[in-house]
Amino acid sequence: MLAFVIRRAVEAALVLLVVALIAFALFRFVGDPINQMVGLETSAEDRAQLRHALGLDDAVLMQFARFVWHAVHFDFGSSYQFKKPVIALIAERFPATLELSVVAALFALALGIPLGVYTAIHRQSLLTKLLLALSLVGISLPTFLIGILLIFVFSVSLQVLPSFGRGDVVALGFWSTGLLTVSGLKAIVLPAVTLGLFQMTLIMRLVRAEMLEVLRTDYIKFARARGLGDRAIHFGHALRNTLVPVITITGLQLGSIIAFAIVTETVFQWPGMGLMFLQAVQNADIPIMSAYLLLVALIFVIINLLVDLLYIAVDPRIRIAARDA
Amino acid sequence: MTLDARPNKSHGRVGAIRSLLDSDFAHAFLHSKLAVAAALVTLTLVLVAALAPAIAPHDPFDLKSLNLLDSRLPPAWAQDGDLRYLLGTDEEGRDVLSAILYGTRISLTVGVLSVAFAAVLGIALGLCAGYAGGTIDALIMRAADVQLTFPAILIALLLDGTLRALFGARRSEILEFWVLVISIGLSFWVQYARTVRGSTLVEKGKDYVLAARLIGLHPALILVRHILPNVLGPVLVIATINLALAIITEATLSFLGVGLPPTQPSLGTLIRIGNDFLFAGEWWIAIFPGVTLAVLIVAINLLGDWLRDALNPRLR
Amino acid sequence: MTSPLLCVRNLRVEFPTRRATLRAIDDISFDIMPGEVLGVVGESGAGKSVTGAAIIGLIDAPGRIAGGEILLDGQRIDQLPPAAMRSIRGKRIGMVFQDPLTSLDPLYRIGAQIEETIAAHTDLRGEAARRRAISLLAEVGIAAPEIRMDSYPHQFSGGMRQRVVVALALAAEPQLVIADEPTTALDVSVQAQIITLMKRLAQDHHVAIMLITHDMGVIAEAADRVAVMYAGRIVEIGPVQDVVHTPRHPYSQGLMGSIPRLDQSAGRLVAIPGAMPRLDAIPPGCAFHPRCPHAFARCIAEKPSLRPTGAGAAACWLFDVAKVTDGAA
Repeated sequence: MLAFVIRRAVEAALVLLVVALIAFALFRFVGDPINQMVGLETSAEDRAQLRHALGLDDAVLMQFARFVWHAVHFDFGSSYQFKKPVIALIAERFPATLELSVVAALFALALGIPLGVYTAIHRQSLLTKLLLALSLVGISLPTFLIGILLIFVFSVSLQVLPSFGRGDVVALGFWSTGLLTVSGLKAIVLPAVTLGLFQMTLIMRLVRAEMLEVLRTDYIKFARARGLGDRAIHFGHALRNTLVPVITITGLQLGSIIAFAIVTETVFQWPGMGLMFLQAVQNADIPIMSAYLLLVALIFVIINLLVDLLYIAVDPRIRIAARDA
Repeated sequence: MTLDARPNKSHGRVGAIRSLLDSDFAHAFLHSKLAVAAALVTLTLVLVAALAPAIAPHDPFDLKSLNLLDSRLPPAWAQDGDLRYLLGTDEEGRDVLSAILYGTRISLTVGVLSVAFAAVLGIALGLCAGYAGGTIDALIMRAADVQLTFPAILIALLLDGTLRALFGARRSEILEFWVLVISIGLSFWVQYARTVRGSTLVEKGKDYVLAARLIGLHPALILVRHILPNVLGPVLVIATINLALAIITEATLSFLGVGLPPTQPSLGTLIRIGNDFLFAGEWWIAIFPGVTLAVLIVAINLLGDWLRDALNPRLR
Repeated sequence: MTSPLLCVRNLRVEFPTRRATLRAIDDISFDIMPGEVLGVVGESGAGKSVTGAAIIGLIDAPGRIAGGEILLDGQRIDQLPPAAMRSIRGKRIGMVFQDPLTSLDPLYRIGAQIEETIAAHTDLRGEAARRRAISLLAEVGIAAPEIRMDSYPHQFSGGMRQRVVVALALAAEPQLVIADEPTTALDVSVQAQIITLMKRLAQDHHVAIMLITHDMGVIAEAADRVAVMYAGRIVEIGPVQDVVHTPRHPYSQGLMGSIPRLDQSAGRLVAIPGAMPRLDAIPPGCAFHPRCPHAFARCIAEKPSLRPTGAGAAACWLFDVAKVTDGAA
């Protein structure tokens, strides 16, 4: 069991290293860092001096090692635009993105799974057909379009929910949360729904497809032949077996919410990391881009690991295989 | 209770067409009203988009033809509307309907080109990985794994940003167009590669490949002439579903301002421009392109869904 | 003379497809007495499994019962509403499927699965249910049942799994168990054990068994009577010794003749020429006539019904007008 965890951790570290390589390549070779930092009037000798002082003359491998070292200590240099340490900028914006992502994920799960189960069990009902039609629209609409439509209905026409910003936030130590104020809660509704809608329809369709497959298996047939009731069959056997493969895919999908937040934050002017990343892309602010990349990779890798562990906990076949490995 | 056995004779092309029309595939298609509707809508949009220069009532890019006095007009059926501009105009006097026609054209073009690029790249890499095995296979699959950790939109964004920074001030419209196509294409190759690699591994062990190798055919020839036709099946389904995703990605990138510029607007760009006027009450500038985009993607998705179900042997 | 436990009368099962309606079972009738083991034998596609599925009401859509009656203890069960049918399944009719690995939910311990079945049909709960489950496992020959109760299906071998499946089928003490190819997925050495087990349990619990298989050896070993099916029809039915040693119907003769024997040397294996017809291409009259060495004009024109031949019956025009032959027509 321990061997399994260690092996997965090593694989994760390798992925991070590759991403670090890409981030470093971005940093070092795209555009000239020196040009970004100094004005046009700086003389050539001063530039050369600066270059040497920053260690940009050293061997590439050396620079990469230095980069990784700094990254592990959360030092990503300073932003070209804001002239502030990148890590400080990220720390400022991280709570907003995380709260939004978590609320969106909860929304997706809380609606997606029950609806998926319902549409699988009641295949012919009118509600099922309606839900399936809506779900097709749900995965077809780009996130920004959903956001705009929601804003149009709830902010412009009905004027019940705000269309930008985070509302009032409460500071808890180094964290700032918008969930403890009424305006904060109101402000998070539209963005969370926008962000989570795509995932919700995905989860719903996935759960439905899996459950339909499961309901066709021999053990469900045998359970019926034993006279077990619908409830035991659907919510006992079928649901457990459905959720096991769904967990893996869902977990990975939810990780990508952090990335999709870029679009939602733009539409709603939500002060999170995504919006900051977008501005970095528009302004070629490489330090922020590469730091964001590494951070996102770290989050994904952690989520992947957690999903694997969860899978082991839930499926006895894997659990025993992992234990004996 | 006897039934005549199905006539099994097909003579040449007529027979082939007849058996295609008579097949379960065609039958399922014609009997699924949704599929037919989706196909019709898609076809209409494609046609309209292709013919945009010919049928658009105005040319939204001809700066000389724009009349600022005609700007911000609502759709023709509203008060203050003008029949010349059926769906209204934007803040520069551009006709929304024409902009949508051209915009659809651009959205579709970028979508199709990027899918084609992703497919070609993915198939090529998949064939190599599957056939060569060993280090090449490991390298390609590792790259795929790393890329799969990130959602396509992020990769497209990153590539776009990088390429922009690389080309710096030497931007041009054509460059932006191709940068976008390549970015989106590069973010989608993995699915093709994986599927094709799997099929290649299966085909590699079959006798006809062995025979070709014994004859001494060059590996590239074997790959292209013999293995490729046999692994293309699932690729079609992936491509259709991919097309919808590619269009969404392009629209998103354009909306974010890192896609196509207002001088060459796709539907996404149009929505971005219109977004600024939503609160002012001039909803038509954003909503009409939005609806068009939604309809386009839903139709393609329906087709892709149906195609996947029709080609799935287990559901038949 | 006791009354039959199960009566099947003129049963027809159809599968509507786009091209035509396929008749998987065409007018079959038979009885099963309490405590008797009826074998149902035939090639793949003859309709054996569909018969079992029809009786327990688990035919896969779009298939449906198109005619006839199924009576359990004199009551019709083929047209019951779903809730009523559910209370019959498990409690009065049990079923054992072919593949024990896929028959058990991989995520649940087998003790939980047995207790769940017990709870669905009896008033036993908690400790009492657990004790009953343990005794069931012991009865089917699982060693150390208290410990193995907490194992998962994939931790058992194939033969053990099938024993668990048998235990599950018997958990609510049904009157009839339909066993659909119970030994086909098992090693030959294990097959005999399972058959012996089923025979013993049938006697101990006075349970009737409908034993569906394509393996004549299993039939000869375990069955009291046997029905031979072909193309959705019963072509012969009778005491197992009669049908195996002196088959009347030309198809049965072909079947028995094609079984290789260790105590005889033969130059070639005997096979019946041709193949069983597809469901959408069943010949008129007697379905077997294209392959029958004794076919004559009437066989093509009319479908034969079961005619008595000694202790059994055969659906063949050769036995019309009280013409009784022994073996070779």
